[in-house]
Amino acid sequence: MMRLPTFEHKRPASLRQAFDLLKDSSEDSLLVAGGTDLYPNMKRRQCEPRTVISIARIRRLKRIIGNQNSGLEIGANTVLSDLGADPVVAKYYTVLSEAATQIASPQIRETGTIGGNLCQDTRCNYYDMSYEWRSGVNFCLKHGGNVCHVASGSKRCWAVFASDIAPACMAIGSRLRLASSRGERTMPARELYQNDGAAHLRKSKDEILTDLLLPPSDGLISTYLKLRRRDAIDFPILGVAAAVRLDSKGNCRYAKIVLGAIGSCPVQVAEAEQILLGKRLTQDTIESVATAAYRVAKPQDNTDLTFSYRKSMTKVYVSDALTKLAAKAEYS
Amino acid sequence: MRFKINGRTYRTNVRPNQTLLELLREDLGLTGTKHGCELGECGACTVLIGGKPRLSCLTLASEVRSFEIGTVEGLAPDCKLHVLQQAFAETGAVQCGYCTPGMLMSGLALLQTTSNPSEREIREALSGNICRCSGYNKIIEAVRLASLRKESTQHHLQIGESHSGQRSAPWSMDEEREHRMPKEFSVIGRPIPKVGVESKLTGQAKYTDDLSFPNMLYGKILRSTHSHAKIVSISKDRAMSLDGVRAIITAEDLPIKYGIMPTSEDERAFALRKVRYFGEPVAAVAADSPDIAQKALEYIDVKYEPLQSVNSIEEALSKNSASIHEDGECSNNIHKTVSLEFGDVEQGFKEADYTREDTFFYEGSNHVALEEHSAIASYGADGKLTEWSSTQVPHYLQRTLCKVLGLQASKVRVIVPEVGGGFGGKSDIFSHELVAAKLSMLCSQPVKITCTREEVFYLHRGRHPTLMRLKTGFKGDGRISALHLKALLDGGAYGSYGVATTYYVGALQTATYKIPNYKYEGLRVYTNKPPCGPKRGHGTPQPRFAIECQIDKASEDLGIDPVEIRRRNLVNPFSTSVNYLRITSCGLQECIEKVLSASEFQKKRGHLGQGNGIGFAVSSYISGAGLPIFWNNMPHSSAEVRIDRDGKATVYSMATDIGQGSDSVLSFIVAEALGLDVSDVSIVSADTDLTPVDLGSYSSRVTFMAGNAVLEAAKNVRELLFEVASREIGVPQSDLVSREGRIYFRDDPSKGIDWTQAVRKAESQFGALVGTGSYKPPNLAGPYKGSGVGPSPAYSFSACVAEVRCNSSTGHVEVKNVWLAHDLGRSINPLLAEGQIEGSVVMALGEALMEEHTFKDGMHKSPSMLGYKTPTPLEVPEIHPIIVESIDPEGPFGAKEVGQGPLLPVVPAIANAIHDALGIRIDQVPITPNKILTALTDKLKGGTGRVGPNSFPQVEFKEALKVDPPKIFS
Ligand SMILES: Cc1cc2nc3c(=O)[nH]c(=O)nc-3n(C[C@H](O)[C@H](O)[C@H](O)COP(=O)(O)OP(=O)(O)OC[C@H]3O[C@@H](n4cnc5c(N)ncnc54)[C@H](O)[C@@H]3O)c2cc1C
Ligand code: FES
Ligand code: FES
Repeated sequence: MMRLPTFEHKRPASLRQAFDLLKDSSEDSLLVAGGTDLYPNMKRRQCEPRTVISIARIRRLKRIIGNQNSGLEIGANTVLSDLGADPVVAKYYTVLSEAATQIASPQIRETGTIGGNLCQDTRCNYYDMSYEWRSGVNFCLKHGGNVCHVASGSKRCWAVFASDIAPACMAIGSRLRLASSRGERTMPARELYQNDGAAHLRKSKDEILTDLLLPPSDGLISTYLKLRRRDAIDFPILGVAAAVRLDSKGNCRYAKIVLGAIGSCPVQVAEAEQILLGKRLTQDTIESVATAAYRVAKPQDNTDLTFSYRKSMTKVYVSDALTKLAAKAEYS
Repeated sequence: MRFKINGRTYRTNVRPNQTLLELLREDLGLTGTKHGCELGECGACTVLIGGKPRLSCLTLASEVRSFEIGTVEGLAPDCKLHVLQQAFAETGAVQCGYCTPGMLMSGLALLQTTSNPSEREIREALSGNICRCSGYNKIIEAVRLASLRKESTQHHLQIGESHSGQRSAPWSMDEEREHRMPKEFSVIGRPIPKVGVESKLTGQAKYTDDLSFPNMLYGKILRSTHSHAKIVSISKDRAMSLDGVRAIITAEDLPIKYGIMPTSEDERAFALRKVRYFGEPVAAVAADSPDIAQKALEYIDVKYEPLQSVNSIEEALSKNSASIHEDGECSNNIHKTVSLEFGDVEQGFKEADYTREDTFFYEGSNHVALEEHSAIASYGADGKLTEWSSTQVPHYLQRTLCKVLGLQASKVRVIVPEVGGGFGGKSDIFSHELVAAKLSMLCSQPVKITCTREEVFYLHRGRHPTLMRLKTGFKGDGRISALHLKALLDGGAYGSYGVATTYYVGALQTATYKIPNYKYEGLRVYTNKPPCGPKRGHGTPQPRFAIECQIDKASEDLGIDPVEIRRRNLVNPFSTSVNYLRITSCGLQECIEKVLSASEFQKKRGHLGQGNGIGFAVSSYISGAGLPIFWNNMPHSSAEVRIDRDGKATVYSMATDIGQGSDSVLSFIVAEALGLDVSDVSIVSADTDLTPVDLGSYSSRVTFMAGNAVLEAAKNVRELLFEVASREIGVPQSDLVSREGRIYFRDDPSKGIDWTQAVRKAESQFGALVGTGSYKPPNLAGPYKGSGVGPSPAYSFSACVAEVRCNSSTGHVEVKNVWLAHDLGRSINPLLAEGQIEGSVVMALGEALMEEHTFKDGMHKSPSMLGYKTPTPLEVPEIHPIIVESIDPEGPFGAKEVGQGPLLPVVPAIANAIHDALGIRIDQVPITPNKILTALTDKLKGGTGRVGPNSFPQVEFKEALKVDPPKIFS
């Protein structure tokens, strides 16, 4: 039986209490929401925090307010199954709902939260292993060692950020609200991440992600496609979040493609906007965007299936996603 | 802290790091909730928390105290099965039962929120629950059935509440089944739910890890972190000084070598002086708690001096590689070679009009039985060792415990609790089984060792990765004139069953096709990886894949229909093969006809449109090995049937129910023979103190061999009753029948005597009513050395059609339909038989498309249920099992095997279907999406569109032993 290491468990009932605990506690304390990401990692001794601060009891983090016209404010503790089942999200922010309903398994979706999903650790074939396994190959950069087993000689860690929710959020231009004892701030979802597998989150340890802020829908058409070996349980080895808004002539007035699970942070295909803005979704434009996506995708050999396969799938999946959007636009 | 579980309140202390799973199982004794990974990857631990299905292994106990918690124990509070449980029983959705509690919870959660769920919704709801036995379809069917009944009865589905679970007795049967039922039997052929299903459905069934004993210690094994290294030193002092550590042992404490095959006893419980694979046991502790045991392992300091690691077949064969077993014959890393030639292969090729040669590779795979291996040993002051273990082979375990611990057989008792799946993965002897015993002897306390999933991947004994070179000569009309198979097996670091495997790779080709001239050269190497052994089909799926793909290619080249070319080569019933296999009953023709017409293969082949395809393959398998693993003259199976004064019968057999249903099959055979209701027959099995020897649940031997043994035992005890009855009613014994609780005159049923009455009279005359029986296969070995592997008292046959849809831009393959017809001699119970077929199909699907037990520099690439891919309910196709009966003259009521054979044709049928869909050939499993794309690209560039191994190493096989074909061979 894989067991958790020992730790002290705190269960603050309010954000304020949580801030105090975070302020007081030393470096080796960690937040937990659903625990579906953190606990497996702890069982593998990837981290052994002295204190685990559970934010599960904080009611404030579990609300969904607003609507498609005003934009939605979704509390970080909303579980993935609730997000996936929300009719407004499904209709107006489809990409998020499609991402949520494809995560892991029904059981994990009942427990895993949006906040935990957005702040989940990065993953790597050489890292998501037991302590014994990792000691056998020598601890890597992500464990404070000095080797990278993925790209030998690399100074940085190439672990993959495999969140399904993050690219979906980014594609629709969501913002995030973070709070700590020092106050609140909001920022575009994209700014939470940086391309370093060992330090992929640009937030300080005492900050709690409190809300996901979705913009007004304003005619958003979006979708999420996920590549993985099995249709359940598996993490993405490529995620494609695509969103567009069309003007009355069918030309794109908004377009974003974000790739997940091919780097240490979600990768926005910048060229997609350049190609699509003011243009229709035609076979040609779709093809160009897919090629652009292919170019920026640089997966490493550290997840399931080969990196060259995953790279070549970027093209196929982006193309499929946009074709799907074009069909949806036609239909609506 | 207070918890509300199944409507009851529990008060208990919890540790901050305690998961709900640990609380339920270890503190509250609610062991119905299972575990298969403890990392959120298998679903076995699913419970309801506030009505929602969640994983107890990833949930802190202290986080859920305010919620209502529902576990499997709450489903049938008044011992009446819940509608969902009832549906599981009736549809045959339970095999080993280990996934069942989790499945029930996920299914219940669905039924509580969704009325009349669609099949897709059911699959989605169960998609986080892995089942390795059933192939899922019967589970999905059960949920559907329950939802229909729920609608009609307004059944309450609240957990913990008493409800009127009505038991639709007798077990209902659909009309079609009723129609197919043989009239001559009352039990045989009926879809009676399996024996013990209620206990598995209610969480009462006890698997090894569910047991615990007063004063029990927890053992844990320290494993090597090198794939090949000298052990320089092991220092245990620091660990020993920890409070709560009771013993630490290493190779010095268990120095005696053992091995399942007497010819290759090359293993020890712990590595001595050097380690040969990553994960090999090095030391072990016994401690008061699992946490202390874990801590102690961290405190044991082992110093290694790394050696060059031998990672592949090619490396093993290279002269420059390190030697894995330096001492003895195998210092060149070659563990076993087999070279046999039957007839004259050279001549056969000369006579061929068309010859082709292909190279194939079949990747290794693990069994991933959902229950992780576990053993508990208890050594008493009386010098007696009792061991509970999740094993398929209690008899061999008892022998090995005796050998390694120096105990007499009478002082070792092995008991097998419920087993959560085996598939061959629990048919070897494992370090933890010996270590638990030794630790218990040292501490005089019971010791439990339960392996983690990662450790199970290191114990392994799974499918051998096999590289094959296959050359076949055909006559112009498609008949095979000669076949030459060369095979290289990657055996891993130890022998295990490898000697037998090396033979098996070559043994059964001739049991499917008539091959007049046949040569087999096989070689098994040692590598620095976990030992390979037997997995469902033991050494035969690999060559089956090669042959069935090659014959498809040949049919194309020769312009002969792929079915026709096979038909022209099929073995004849009651014939002898060139390598002296005695084929008896054979329903292969019928299998083929049935599977073709059900699938409309001929109509569909080549006409399904781009990306869609259909493929065909056939196979055969043994019903038990003709020879025991260690040579002796004793029966392979013995059994007793005892009758009590109520007239009820109890069967005693060491055959081990690992989920395949042997307890049921044996009980049903006895019930039929005695004319009793199944509820009047109980069974005591797999306990070396109580039951006569049976060699174990491997090589598909149980129905045939143990079945024959219990049948003989039943007939023997029946004879005593017939003697009395004959006297009472004045009819000769030979004219008596026993049915439905009476013994009567065949020609005039009114002349008879009540069974119980006969029992009383018989007991007053003879005393205790006990019948014994045993079975030993006839001597079937051919007149040559190496003829021990392959002969079987009967062969099963299968034919398979698989239909796929392939996406040519992603390389994704969806298997849509599998039709599988299997000749099992006689269907003792259709639910169980179909379950074996469906489970085999899905296990084969995993091997065909995704399962890969692979390594990088000696490190397992994916020792977890997330990394190692097995099919979920969303990957499985519609499965159409078709049962074909050939009534074997020697099988019990004509029965043969059905547990392994159906796996064999599925993998090549899928590969052939992919060829039909895309015109490419993937000669290497698993057929991953990247391979498909590579082949498509190659084809586009004008290549052959083939992906597979391109070369076969130059290997000097020893000179083949030439064997003349049997005279009767035609
Ligand atoms: C078998 C398996 C399959 C999975 N498959 C997928 C998948 O397909 N796609 C996917 O995206 N994920 C997957 N996951 C990962 C995980 O389950 C989900 O990402 C889930 O949403 C995590 O949420 P949680 O609340 O359980 O996170 P937790 O484990 O509670 O937290 C994860 C991390 O986020 C931090 N955190 C949590 N909440 C906050 C907050 N509000 N503010 C700041 N930091 C916070 C924690 O400190 C922790 O480091 C899988 C996990 C498993 C075990
Ligand atoms: S034991 Fe919890 S998911 Fe496997
Ligand atoms: S019955 Fe599902 S795992 Fe055995």
